[in-house]
Amino acid sequence: MNVDYLYSLLAVVVLGLIAYVGAGASGLQAVFGIFIPYLAIIIFLVGFINRVWCWAKSPVPFRIPSTCGQQQSLDWIKQSKLDNPSTTAGVIGRMFLEIVLFRSLFRNTRTELVGDRISYKWVIWLWLFAILFHYSFLAVVIRHLRFFMEPVPFFILAVERADGILQVGLPGVLISGITLLAGATLLLGRRVLIPKINYISKAADYFPLLLIIGIALTGILMRYFTKVDVVKVKELAMGLATFHAGIPEGGLGPLFYVHMFFVCILVAYIPFSKLMHMGGVFLSPTRNLANNSRMKRHINPWNPKVKFHTYEEYEDDFREKMIEAGLPVEKE
Amino acid sequence: MVDILKPKEMFKSIDYTIPSDRWENVSPDLGDGKFCYPAKKKNQEYLSLVAKDEWSPSDEDWKLPSNWQQIIHEGFKERLDKYRSLKVFMDICVRCGACADKCHFFIGTGDPKNMPVLRAELLRSIYRNDFTAAGKILGSIAGARKLTPLVIKEWFSYFYQCTECRRCSVYCPYGIDTAEITMMGRELLSLLGLNINWILEPAANCFRTGNHLGIQPHAFKEMVEFFCDDIETITGIKINPSFNRKGAEILFITPSGDVFADPGTYSMMGYLMLFEHIGLDYTLSTYASEGGNFGLFTSSEMMKRLNGKMYAEAKRLGVKWILGGECGHMWRVINQYMDTMNGPADFLEVPKSPLTGTVFTNAASTKMVHIAEFTADLIKNNKLKLDPSRNDGYKVTFHDSCNPSRAMGMLDEPRYVLNNVCNYFYDMPENTIREQTFCCGSGSGLNTEEIMDLRLRGGLPRANAVKHVHEKYGVNMLSCVCAIDRAALPPLMKYWVPEVGVCGLHELVGNALVMDGEIERTVNLRSEDLHEEEE
Repeated sequence: MNVDYLYSLLAVVVLGLIAYVGAGASGLQAVFGIFIPYLAIIIFLVGFINRVWCWAKSPVPFRIPSTCGQQQSLDWIKQSKLDNPSTTAGVIGRMFLEIVLFRSLFRNTRTELVGDRISYKWVIWLWLFAILFHYSFLAVVIRHLRFFMEPVPFFILAVERADGILQVGLPGVLISGITLLAGATLLLGRRVLIPKINYISKAADYFPLLLIIGIALTGILMRYFTKVDVVKVKELAMGLATFHAGIPEGGLGPLFYVHMFFVCILVAYIPFSKLMHMGGVFLSPTRNLANNSRMKRHINPWNPKVKFHTYEEYEDDFREKMIEAGLPVEKE
Repeated sequence: MVDILKPKEMFKSIDYTIPSDRWENVSPDLGDGKFCYPAKKKNQEYLSLVAKDEWSPSDEDWKLPSNWQQIIHEGFKERLDKYRSLKVFMDICVRCGACADKCHFFIGTGDPKNMPVLRAELLRSIYRNDFTAAGKILGSIAGARKLTPLVIKEWFSYFYQCTECRRCSVYCPYGIDTAEITMMGRELLSLLGLNINWILEPAANCFRTGNHLGIQPHAFKEMVEFFCDDIETITGIKINPSFNRKGAEILFITPSGDVFADPGTYSMMGYLMLFEHIGLDYTLSTYASEGGNFGLFTSSEMMKRLNGKMYAEAKRLGVKWILGGECGHMWRVINQYMDTMNGPADFLEVPKSPLTGTVFTNAASTKMVHIAEFTADLIKNNKLKLDPSRNDGYKVTFHDSCNPSRAMGMLDEPRYVLNNVCNYFYDMPENTIREQTFCCGSGSGLNTEEIMDLRLRGGLPRANAVKHVHEKYGVNMLSCVCAIDRAALPPLMKYWVPEVGVCGLHELVGNALVMDGEIERTVNLRSEDLHEEEE
């Protein structure tokens, strides 16, 4: 069995301990509360832009959409405008479905051998886990923006209100935190327990999941159990956001720094990892191009000049035989 | 040749149990029957490729050139700079596993390296090692691998166990296309002189004679005339097609397999009958006598070199536009590459059907129309008199070929034609047709005898779906629009569903077509008695 997750687990535990000890016992709150967050943001911005720039530098020589529906051809044949778009509007629609609703993942099937048959069942689990995970993550990120803004914009309040709709407990339970933990755990569970997925998984697949589980766990602990002082957290966050960074008086508990350190590691890790799929999905040539290369010429900037066998060379080769067979020739 | 298991045994032998050893430590199996024969030196030389002395994949030492690692590194870098697809696909896979059981080779072999994700990891692991910071620092923990001769062997094994069918790319949340990965892998192998003969021989033939089968001009003409004799016997109508004729309105190009091998030949007869009946002003070319393009399976440059003849010949003959026959990868090249590579075709006109007046605006730039689009338009406009009962001996299903489905989207045109030329048409289950269609198992140059076991396994998902409609509806004819299918599906059917035959779409059109002045038909294009079939 592939036990690469142990590397990742070890890494996350060690990182957590570094923050716990560093900001707690060693009192390096300024390092973990100010220096590392700024550093992480800089690494993220430079790294992300650099990666996208690196992709964008390479041209798209051919128009290679994966066509997943009927093409545009004769007027009376109904085109599948979203799965096989031939216009920019269609491509925008296709990309919207892909990015917002994970359209392709929604097609997923499971192949099984049943008797002497192969069966393909439509399965939505992976899609469901992925949707749960990503949208929980988004809600959590949006909610956290409240720490960096004063006054708190209405859309953040709206997300927060929706998130607390259950109205249970005090402080009120926010659904997204729980579902983020659940989503990440389910995705991790797949990787550990399903043999095929386990076989293809790398340390780099476990690490971000474990890190995010760490983030969610510490967040939940702080909100519901250790009851972190949110006024101080906001003071620190506002300081960072307005470039007047400082550690709030009396400091914050080590658990907070573990949480924040995990977030910093995640943010800084993005540009160097598969998490770049968040940018890459926009640039995938099989999805973001219209299937219109018979209507409109697509240009390849490096289109090579090649030697091909000309008709003249061909006729020189076969002239006698062609004349004998009564085929027309250019030179008698 | 290695012995092939009996169908039941082969089915039972499929085992999805995951090996205990990590994939990085599992060596490729290059025993007898597990690889395609390498390209002959003369073919490599003829095509000005890196020419390698005789070798076998089963050799321990492949005698790679001394600077082979440098060649691969630089070739890889060059391709990363040329193809955004490669760069993005190297970086963004999250290994979610959605693609894993979508590959027909994985389904049929159970070999985990036939999961598209691992096929790509074969290349990605080297990419990480050579081109990413994490791979350079963390090595194997970051999924990087050193480039060793064993990696090259593995590439050779698995990039020639992929038919570039793109089924996995339909399910991938980022659209990662294994065909792109395999193409790049094969290009890199080719830089070391590692090619397979089943691809390079047709490519070399095509370069010289204009077609994969190496048919010379006089023989090409004779073969077509032979079909005309058959047509005369069956219909009483004598057809005299023209060859290399200047001033024709339309140049017709079809895969040479249609001229050379059954059952493609019956489709060729169907085309000829259709054109004669509607009085089309067209010509065939002996120079551009190949629709297919085995260059696609070698490198983008080779594809361009072979494809160049289509426009060159259209220009020389002064035709207005080009009509293309039934072929799978040919239409990937035409739809996604031709105009970009060898256009602009500004010497041609936007295709317009001389019979219906329909302007094919979807081919406004490429100026090439698919015969199924052309025929569907004829039928829709009531230009053909059809007697579908002549196909009543057939209960027909339709195999969507990979490329017309997933690199074009031609799904309803052939179905419209089928519904008009035969009375009994049944689609296979929805997860196995249209954009989800399964490959014949022999595409992208793999329809060679020596890997028959692999082909039968790769074709199993397709065959199994045919078996389903055979048992449910009594289907006995598998129609398709691809020359490789017409070569690869008959042995596949013979093995898995022996009651089912294989035909092209226009064979059925030819059967149903009521031509002006024809005699009463007693046999179909296969010279099988029409009434006996109805038993």
